[in-house]
Amino acid sequence: MTTILAADDSVSIREMVQFTLESAGYQVQCAEDGAKALALARERKFDVVISDVNMPNLDGIGLTKALRDLPDYQFTPILILTTESSPEMKSEGKAAGATGWIVKPFNPDTLLKTLGKVI
Amino acid sequence: MDRFRQIFLEECSENLAVLEADLLLMEQGKADEEVINRVFRAAHSIKGGAGTFGLSAMSQFTHLLETLLDELRSGKRRAAPALAALMLKATDVISQMRDDAQAGGPGQSEAAARVKAELAALLALEAQPAETAFEAIAGEGPWHLSFKPHEGILASGNEPLRLLRELKTLGFAVTATETGRLFEPDFDPQSCYLSWTLDGPAAVPEEEIREIFSWVEDECDIELQRQATEAKPQEQAAAEGQARQGQLEQSIRIDIRKIDQLINLVGELVITQSMLAALEGEGGEIQERLDRGLSLLKSNTKALQESVLGIRMLPISFAFNRFPRLVRDLAQQLGKEVELKLVGQQTELDKTVLERISDPLVHMVRNALDHGIESPAKRRQQGKAASGTLTLAARHEGGNVVIDIQDDGAGLDKGRIWEKACEKQLPLIQGRRREDFSDAQLFDLIFAPGFSTAATVSDLSGRGVGMDVVKRNILALGGSVEIQSQPGRGTLFRIRLPLTMAILDGQLVAVGEELFVIPLINIVESLKLEPDCLQKAGGGVVFYQLRQQTLPVLWLSELLGTKGEEGSMPLLCVVEAAGRKLGLVVDALLAQQQVVIKSLEQNFRRLPGISGATILGDGKVCLILDIPGLVARHVGRESDADAASAA
Repeated sequence: MTTILAADDSVSIREMVQFTLESAGYQVQCAEDGAKALALARERKFDVVISDVNMPNLDGIGLTKALRDLPDYQFTPILILTTESSPEMKSEGKAAGATGWIVKPFNPDTLLKTLGKVI
Repeated sequence: MDRFRQIFLEECSENLAVLEADLLLMEQGKADEEVINRVFRAAHSIKGGAGTFGLSAMSQFTHLLETLLDELRSGKRRAAPALAALMLKATDVISQMRDDAQAGGPGQSEAAARVKAELAALLALEAQPAETAFEAIAGEGPWHLSFKPHEGILASGNEPLRLLRELKTLGFAVTATETGRLFEPDFDPQSCYLSWTLDGPAAVPEEEIREIFSWVEDECDIELQRQATEAKPQEQAAAEGQARQGQLEQSIRIDIRKIDQLINLVGELVITQSMLAALEGEGGEIQERLDRGLSLLKSNTKALQESVLGIRMLPISFAFNRFPRLVRDLAQQLGKEVELKLVGQQTELDKTVLERISDPLVHMVRNALDHGIESPAKRRQQGKAASGTLTLAARHEGGNVVIDIQDDGAGLDKGRIWEKACEKQLPLIQGRRREDFSDAQLFDLIFAPGFSTAATVSDLSGRGVGMDVVKRNILALGGSVEIQSQPGRGTLFRIRLPLTMAILDGQLVAVGEELFVIPLINIVESLKLEPDCLQKAGGGVVFYQLRQQTLPVLWLSELLGTKGEEGSMPLLCVVEAAGRKLGLVVDALLAQQQVVIKSLEQNFRRLPGISGATILGDGKVCLILDIPGLVARHVGRESDADAASAA
């Protein structure tokens, strides 16, 4: 069973991501900010991480950098939720070590399709 | 999605409260970095959620606010009170949009447009570059791709194998693999040393290939080029480009329920229009202006209705497409040679009708191959070509679609049909002689329940249905089927179907106080009822002598339990279904009009002799008569005279 860690400060997006992924047969844990996500990642190894960029207490970029410093997460796919209108955000994400991005606004289909590229 | 949308709307309220409180602080000049970040995050959350949950107006609007806040955050702008005031206005607009979304309202207002313009002016938005049109390039050969990942690619969580897998789905194949420094002594197990060259089909658009590498642009070297082919002449390339553009037809998937709702609304509009039509022609100047407006409304309503119904229309090729394979397999199985011709593939009909006619068509095609077309040896004996021909032809005729299924085989064997009907003791032939049946009526027996022995489940259509089920399906769609056949020359099954099940052309008739609709398609003629031509027969059946034919007659007033008008001059409306005629006695013929069919089963319950209901211009509900049903019930036993005339 593929395990996914999803970090987003918006409760509706969190609920939707969790529901969509669980319906597709993944095991999902959610965190409402980067710091909580990092704490969860230290406790156990997730197969994939999906993270929003703008979050309080450690944003998505900071979370990605911190994860890449953990031995367990050197090669783990990390997908950043970002808006298409910001290429600099993408390059910032790449520089931090992100695998790729899910472009907002996304729907359940595009989420699963993008996830399919790394699993 | 709706559930999450609800959660989003609640969350949106919370974010709006944050916006409001912090923007007030900003207006008073008390905004530090912390506050600005908080405001930005709130706006960003609203924008992202609105986009995700289908509130595009809100998403676009909030995007402007977010852009402004981003400029504040990066120090491009100063947090001036005036700016905060404008952003507070914007917050009010978003709040209004949120309430509209909650109530299912439009979510667009003048205030929104005004504030949007102010924000846009402040940001001095640049125009988006226009989309470039798709252009064909002369001489496009197959792709040649060289893919060299950098050694550190794995550290970003990307895996070349996944990329290769994606390329494979586009039709790419690896032609060479380079091992690079893989076997050097200082090799590092966490690095990637492999690189590949691949070839792929010319038809794949470049951006689809680039898309695959979009995440690893900086972590690998990609060389993508087309292999040289002979350059085509410009004209041909342009033509191909156009053809391809034709294939890239713009389309959108829409939930069928939405379309049905639209059709319903247009139906209501048609009713409203006919309600207003009753105001026509009183005279006077105002009346003239009203009449002009009404005739315009009428033509617009009709055009709107046609285009809305057009949304549900699909070409019959959707049903025909399965036949080439089916006929080929079945012909091999039966040891026959058959050539299939498909005519009129672009003929459009309603999606529902199309779906429901597919299985009956399969069954009839099987029958034509099974019983119609002879073996090659037998065909040669009779001086025919060894290979038989089966033609499926569709066309529009009036408001109907006509589908012909024609074979050039043996034709129907009347003697065999009669034998089989006797063998099966069909109720239809009880107490009647073979001579009582015209050819058409004999052929019709194959549709009788219990005639065909579909004991074998067909491996092609998925279920063994008899011809009676085929006919029932066609009647249920408001259609008809007739047979023409000549021994040795072949058989033609002709199916007529309504274009759509939502609307029909009807004749309004009055029976006493009540009004009914008779589908125009079933009416042969209407005439004054001459009492001298009525003849009573046994079993309470009454016949009418109409020129050379004798028809059974039904008094609608009796049938439907309404009171006929006393002392009126009744009319006889002659209707026909499945090749059999019936006279209906009514008190008056009124207007002919298009009526919107409302299902009785959904709104009330099923009634015998009634196929549905409609609402007239004055708001009255009016029942639509089920002519095929009535004919099937009341015309079982024609007289000899009728049989002679129908032959």
